[in-house]
Amino acid sequence: MPFGLLKYGLNSEYPAQHHFSPATELKKHYDVVIIGAGGHGTGIAYHLAKYHGITNVAVLEKSYLGSGNTARNTAVIRSNYLTEEGVTFYRESVKLWQDLSNEFNYNVMMENRGQLTLAHSDAAIRSFRWRAEVNQHMGVRSELIDRQQIAEMVPNLNMSEDSRFPIMAGLWHADGATARHDAVAWGYAKGACERGVELHQLTEVEDIEVTGGRVTAVKTNRGRIECGCVVQAVAGASSVVAKMAGIPLPIHSYPLQAMVTQPYKPILTPHVSSPHLHVYTHQTSRGEFVIGGGSDPYPLYNTRATLDQRESLTAAALELFPFLAQARMLRQWAGTTDMTPDYSPIMGLSPVENYYLDAGWGTWGFKATPICGKTMAELVATKKVPEIIKPFELERFYKFEQINEAGATAASH
Amino acid sequence: MKLLTCPLNGPRNISEFTYGGEYHPMPDHQQVAAREWAEHVFFHDNAAGVVIEWWCHSASSYWFLAERNTISDQILRTFPADEIFTQRIDFEPAPEPTINATPTAGESQ
Repeated sequence: MPFGLLKYGLNSEYPAQHHFSPATELKKHYDVVIIGAGGHGTGIAYHLAKYHGITNVAVLEKSYLGSGNTARNTAVIRSNYLTEEGVTFYRESVKLWQDLSNEFNYNVMMENRGQLTLAHSDAAIRSFRWRAEVNQHMGVRSELIDRQQIAEMVPNLNMSEDSRFPIMAGLWHADGATARHDAVAWGYAKGACERGVELHQLTEVEDIEVTGGRVTAVKTNRGRIECGCVVQAVAGASSVVAKMAGIPLPIHSYPLQAMVTQPYKPILTPHVSSPHLHVYTHQTSRGEFVIGGGSDPYPLYNTRATLDQRESLTAAALELFPFLAQARMLRQWAGTTDMTPDYSPIMGLSPVENYYLDAGWGTWGFKATPICGKTMAELVATKKVPEIIKPFELERFYKFEQINEAGATAASH
Repeated sequence: MKLLTCPLNGPRNISEFTYGGEYHPMPDHQQVAAREWAEHVFFHDNAAGVVIEWWCHSASSYWFLAERNTISDQILRTFPADEIFTQRIDFEPAPEPTINATPTAGESQ
């Protein structure tokens, strides 16, 4: 191995393996144009090419592959939601996650570490019982655990009864997991490109032409493309892109900030979240503690970091893990969360006949990546909305049939 | 520390304020169709650029309007609501419910 590496290093040609199709000219026409090359967009392209034989597909990305919220989320995978529709949807996604590395032959470093949500009040315990019952009924592993079980599971957690908000109980979700977020977009993009899909980076959609209720073409900074249909998968810019097609959305876009500490030896196995303290954390396979929290207090299309948020995240993290007081922060960053009124996504048909929405991904988009790729591709290929995503249609807001998942977030937003 | 200038209290730390949503005129809720009402309640312009929005100075419960750039986070101007609301807005009151009325078709009791 060292010789192999040396030989590679000294080789003048660098025989690197190209994962993605090289940049080419845009064609005049594609059957399917996907806007956004994150996990969702590339996942949809991958499923279209592999399972539906549709390969005249362009994935347009204004920046580079996986540069948006795919790279900015805190990589939490779980299915312990509260509504029947939500639990079913995320449960199927978690199942797909389990086999994802094999699916596209690219290691996403899936780790089944479990997720622990902490209750600091009687009201939280009541809602956890409710979630545990709903989850178990639907085949998702969730159970209420007591203080002693929590202390055994997470020995470094501050279990003091003298803290401001003592830990009273926990919701243990054995199906919780984490994965390497960038690898998901890379794996899907590689698989899609191998089957003929074109990935066009640095290609920004500037306008969408709609005639007689149908999309006919998209205008980009590299020219105009005619298309059979369009899928938008642009978490963080859902409203802006949908507006080009004349579609209003029930979304407000807020930044969500996270930060990461220096690496430590492995001391924390599960993902730990506290909705009450507005914080969640897990130790990455590199040893760093990733600390995330609620969204910013007001909407913004900007990924700047603020001292206010850093202070509140730090205060909450220290209350759970006092030893982190010694930690040095390596980075602080933000993603943009497209928050919907009911904390569920907007998927499926839109008022424009051949324009499909994969939007409103607030703080729940990463975990849903594989199921979105699968179901949205099925919708594009068959023109029929798969049962599992029917409840998430845009039309639900006009019918007052929201799917309330506000109580099942890892931190209140 | 980011400052927001309250028209009543002057420049204060933005953490003293609560964001109150986009400014948009409310339709007459007695007259409007359910679909338009849903759009008013749930849908937002969510524009990237200069917007007008409601803010409240939490300590004094004073509501006012602000012009803010949602890309740069620059607050361009804050002003009292009476710049827009120059007169009182009254909607027609709902008709008084009549007792022992026969239910209309399709309406359950």
